[in-house]
Amino acid sequence: MHLIVVGLSHKTAPVEIRERLAVPESRLGEALSRLCSYPGVKEGVLLSTCNRVEVYSVVDDIETGYGRIQEFLADTHLSLSSEQLTPHLYWHTGDRAIGHLFRVAASLDSMIIGESQILGQLKNSFEVALAHKTTGVIMNKVVKKAISVAKRVRTETKISEMAVSVSYAAVELAKKIFSNLHEKTVLLVGAGEMAKLAARHLIAHGVGHVRITTRTPQHAVDLADKFGGTAVPFDQFKDDMASADIVLVSTGAAHYLIGAEDVHRAVEERMNRPMFLIDISVPRNIDPAVRHVDNAFLFDIDDLKHRVEQNRAERVQEAEKAERMVLEEVTTMLDWMKSLEVTPTIVALRNHVDGMKRAEVDKVLARLSHLSPQDRELVEGLASSIVNKLIHRTMVTLKAEVNSSSGPAFVEAARRFFSLDRQSPSVQPIETCTESPSYQTESSAESGVEDPAPETSIHRRVR
Amino acid sequence: MAAVCFMITLVLYIIATVSFLSYSLRRSEALSQVSLGLTAVGFASHTFLLGARMFAASSAAPPSFSDALSFFAWMIILVLLVVELRHRIHVLGSFMVPLALVSLVSAAALPDTEPTLQPVFKTLWFHVTLSMLGAVGFTVAFVAGVMYLIQDRLLKSKQFNVLYSKLPALDFLDHLNQQSIVLGFPLLTLGIVTGALSAQFARGSYVSWNPEQTGALVTWLFYFIVLLGRLTIGWRAKRAAYLTVIGFACVILTLVGVVLKGHSTLS
Repeated sequence: MHLIVVGLSHKTAPVEIRERLAVPESRLGEALSRLCSYPGVKEGVLLSTCNRVEVYSVVDDIETGYGRIQEFLADTHLSLSSEQLTPHLYWHTGDRAIGHLFRVAASLDSMIIGESQILGQLKNSFEVALAHKTTGVIMNKVVKKAISVAKRVRTETKISEMAVSVSYAAVELAKKIFSNLHEKTVLLVGAGEMAKLAARHLIAHGVGHVRITTRTPQHAVDLADKFGGTAVPFDQFKDDMASADIVLVSTGAAHYLIGAEDVHRAVEERMNRPMFLIDISVPRNIDPAVRHVDNAFLFDIDDLKHRVEQNRAERVQEAEKAERMVLEEVTTMLDWMKSLEVTPTIVALRNHVDGMKRAEVDKVLARLSHLSPQDRELVEGLASSIVNKLIHRTMVTLKAEVNSSSGPAFVEAARRFFSLDRQSPSVQPIETCTESPSYQTESSAESGVEDPAPETSIHRRVR
Repeated sequence: MAAVCFMITLVLYIIATVSFLSYSLRRSEALSQVSLGLTAVGFASHTFLLGARMFAASSAAPPSFSDALSFFAWMIILVLLVVELRHRIHVLGSFMVPLALVSLVSAAALPDTEPTLQPVFKTLWFHVTLSMLGAVGFTVAFVAGVMYLIQDRLLKSKQFNVLYSKLPALDFLDHLNQQSIVLGFPLLTLGIVTGALSAQFARGSYVSWNPEQTGALVTWLFYFIVLLGRLTIGWRAKRAAYLTVIGFACVILTLVGVVLKGHSTLS
């Protein structure tokens, strides 16, 4: 039983290779079934996004498993020979495979560090694998853990907090001027793509009113319909500016459309309420002299880009924190993997019941002090015999299933039934044999993750 | 007992100040909870201190200036904790706790001057309490104004540094500024009225134009104009922030006037 990952990503393969290897979602299930039909491949999850194609698998033997998965990848696209493919492939096993999955899920391996789509894509791939029953105890646990690690990284670091796109940076800045975007009005001048995107972001963050003006009146009306706003005639928009809290400009004009005087007048009309002006046009459409107008805050495309650069750098810093978390989580995962080995489980079970027996016998014998040594032995013999009979089938089954594919499942079950994970293999006092709290929290955490939330997964399929 | 309480409060406020200041300069959010915890414990100890002083002082004795300053510091922390609970703006502590600390230190450093007026019907207590509450309002307005000016400067110069990311939105600060003045102004008005009444009872004249009274009236007039300007001709945002900073200087000068008056009558 070995965990292995084989794949390629934007870091190792050019887009020409990635696009040919990518598996569309409709064919994911079929590909997974094919993967698991290879001898020696026990479990499999296939993660295919525009930036990576990776196969996570549980195999009997590392070397042959690697060969099989390579074969599988080459077969996925017949025009791609193994020779073309191999130089781009990376592969990891054991702790490094787990670490890799955790890093991918937490978006530490992404092109844009901290982007959130990858987690949805991973959940999606996992759902498909679950539906086609190509995962088992190990894969289920590892992927679920990867999802929870990703969530932990997102809540405990600021990795995905800061805007890393120009249009989103506009929203971030707006929030430093207006604490509450509801009831605020945005005026869209011109309809450049980036401005439309920024407007969309602003609306998504609650901006209440949208006013749109373009040189072609019909265009403005169409856009107004689309955004649920109102159209403003182009020659009147300057008079209308005072009603706008946020002005987003991106037209093809080669000169300044809005001068410092216009803004000054608008701010005065607004009784000095702050105004946020964003100029995404090149050449610029708002006179840079607006910077000197009090209570008007002008940002041009370079300012936004600068902000984005800064945020990227900050994300890299946060990523270091996240890497430490991943290392931590890999260690706990490895401990669990180790526990799945049969021999330590048998030893632990033996010790566990012996401890239980010892304590009970001692308790009884303390009260039956009048017994003769022979009778005492009899009592002990009775206890031993009951205990041995009780665990006999478990022991036999565990030994028999050592090498079967469901071995880990049996081990996991035995560990849970006898709550062995709270203890070291040495003899433990009886008190710890009661319901173990760690088991409870673990299972509840799992059931939380297990719930795949189908309504949200639809959104994640977009990419 | 009171001395021990005072020392505990002082030490906690000092540590909280250091902690809050380093919080505002560092990217990590971790210090905010520590700083707030220290402030809250300091506040509890401070409350106990004030309670003990209240209990010890007979109601007939006039409030001393150092008690008034200690009360002022206590109110500032109270406002900080309330705003923090409602809006979760940790960086506010970086500005307010140092002010409370300065006030508490001055309370200890200033000689214990007794007021010149003999208390009649406890009006002096009302006068001191109300005036101090008014001053707290103006202090919060001042803090909001300073924060506004910093954030305004950072946005204008496009310096997206740590402080930028921690300071709240401009319109929130402007709103806080307005609310504090709207609350502080009537309190100061009542404080001045009760002060004048006390003076009338004690000396037979409402106003004697000593530094304290002159300062108070100038301050009152100033904030009256600021408030009027905001409500009628749009003196908000940056201008309001500047004005409240100037207004705070008036408040401080008035308090200095109170101390001077105390000295002049002593000598």
